[in-house]
Amino acid sequence: MKPPPFEYYAPTTVEEALVHLSEHGYDAKALAGGQSLIPTMNFRLAQPSVLVDLNNVSELFYIRPDENGGLRLGAMTRHFQVERSSLVSERTPLIYEAMPKIATPQIRSRGTFGGSIAHADPSAELGAISIALGGRFRLRNQTGERWVPANEFFIGMFTTLLEPDELLVEASFPNMPPRTGWALQEVARRPNDFALVGVAAVVTLDKKNQCQKARIVFLSVGDGPVEAHRAAETLTGQTLTPEIIHAAAETAATADIDPGSDIHASAEYRRHLAGVLTRRALDLAFERAKGRG
Amino acid sequence: MRHLFDVGVTVNGNRYERTVEPRLLLSDFLRHDLGLTGTHVGCEHGVCGSCTILFDGQPVRSCLMFAVQANGHEILTVEGLGTPEDLHPLQEAFWEAHSVQCGFCTPGILMTLVPFLEENPNPNEDEIRAAISGNLCRCTGYQHIVDGVKLAAQKMSA
Repeated sequence: MKPPPFEYYAPTTVEEALVHLSEHGYDAKALAGGQSLIPTMNFRLAQPSVLVDLNNVSELFYIRPDENGGLRLGAMTRHFQVERSSLVSERTPLIYEAMPKIATPQIRSRGTFGGSIAHADPSAELGAISIALGGRFRLRNQTGERWVPANEFFIGMFTTLLEPDELLVEASFPNMPPRTGWALQEVARRPNDFALVGVAAVVTLDKKNQCQKARIVFLSVGDGPVEAHRAAETLTGQTLTPEIIHAAAETAATADIDPGSDIHASAEYRRHLAGVLTRRALDLAFERAKGRG
Repeated sequence: MRHLFDVGVTVNGNRYERTVEPRLLLSDFLRHDLGLTGTHVGCEHGVCGSCTILFDGQPVRSCLMFAVQANGHEILTVEGLGTPEDLHPLQEAFWEAHSVQCGFCTPGILMTLVPFLEENPNPNEDEIRAAISGNLCRCTGYQHIVDGVKLAAQKMSA
């Protein structure tokens, strides 16, 4: 089908984009890569009366190191640019490793980092990964800006803390401490398809190889990214033996998530996958953490 | 409020200027306004990959962009890839390996694979299958398409 008519603005600065968003409020949608918004408009599931196209806002396209060893990504940085960035590979290898799993090559040509985060699809890798890495997002409106930690940003199905007059302008990720390992595991019907279940794990070890901090975050098992707090707690202060990891994976699958059933997978199967994938993710993250002394 | 926008775009090396409504999809612009019907439209929601074109050298789904967004940009469609007399090596390989049955998905698959083969001149089967994971083919079962890509890689590196 074809999208219904809309007013179109193509600002060249964030300032100008914010003027349009503030003026039109809930009637307006920011158009980033359009790889989710345009199909929903073609189906007429979404009928925004105003589109504010961000594709000419050059100040939102960047991948920069920050002075503390972290990484800053402009919201309009496209997936294929992140996928090919040596800086991303060096500073946030978890993001680098996830990129080829995100949608198809054609979608990655156009889709943007900030667009995926702001869209808040519960099956998106980038939301879960941002939480696992302790990332933060910079939101701007006409009166100023605020920083929101990734684990507070997602509040429901396709819903975030973003107000209608705000734009997500940047994602920022801290330096990965030494002796930190990471992993993303998922099961999808086809390569690049939506994951039935996915899990990101980041583990930091102390000098005695005991777990100082662990973060485990699921995708596709709830209304948004779901952090497995109970499982992570069972790992803190422990030596990560196969038994401990196995028990944590069980806790994650049974106590931390409440997955739903749909045409793609039953809740029971999703729980099964969650357990298996968590075990694999923790194994790999632990191995990598030991190797990064 | 403006209802119509001027668009100046280079497609297959030719400059076109048209006036469009902002809601006009790039796929419909190519087919209806420019008459370039080699770009096929299947699902119109970014799943089938039939409408894949190169936008500034990157493979994109033309049904997930508005024509107005192409202003000032460069596009390559299947019409710009080769001619019946002088096929692109990938088209030649598709012909020889029987990678085409009904042909509906073929333009999108070709436009997806051209930049892929430039970046991966010697791909293995898994890489080829991942590269075309965003293109649906209802006829071939993909096997002959994979064969065609392998043959093309040989031709292009020879």
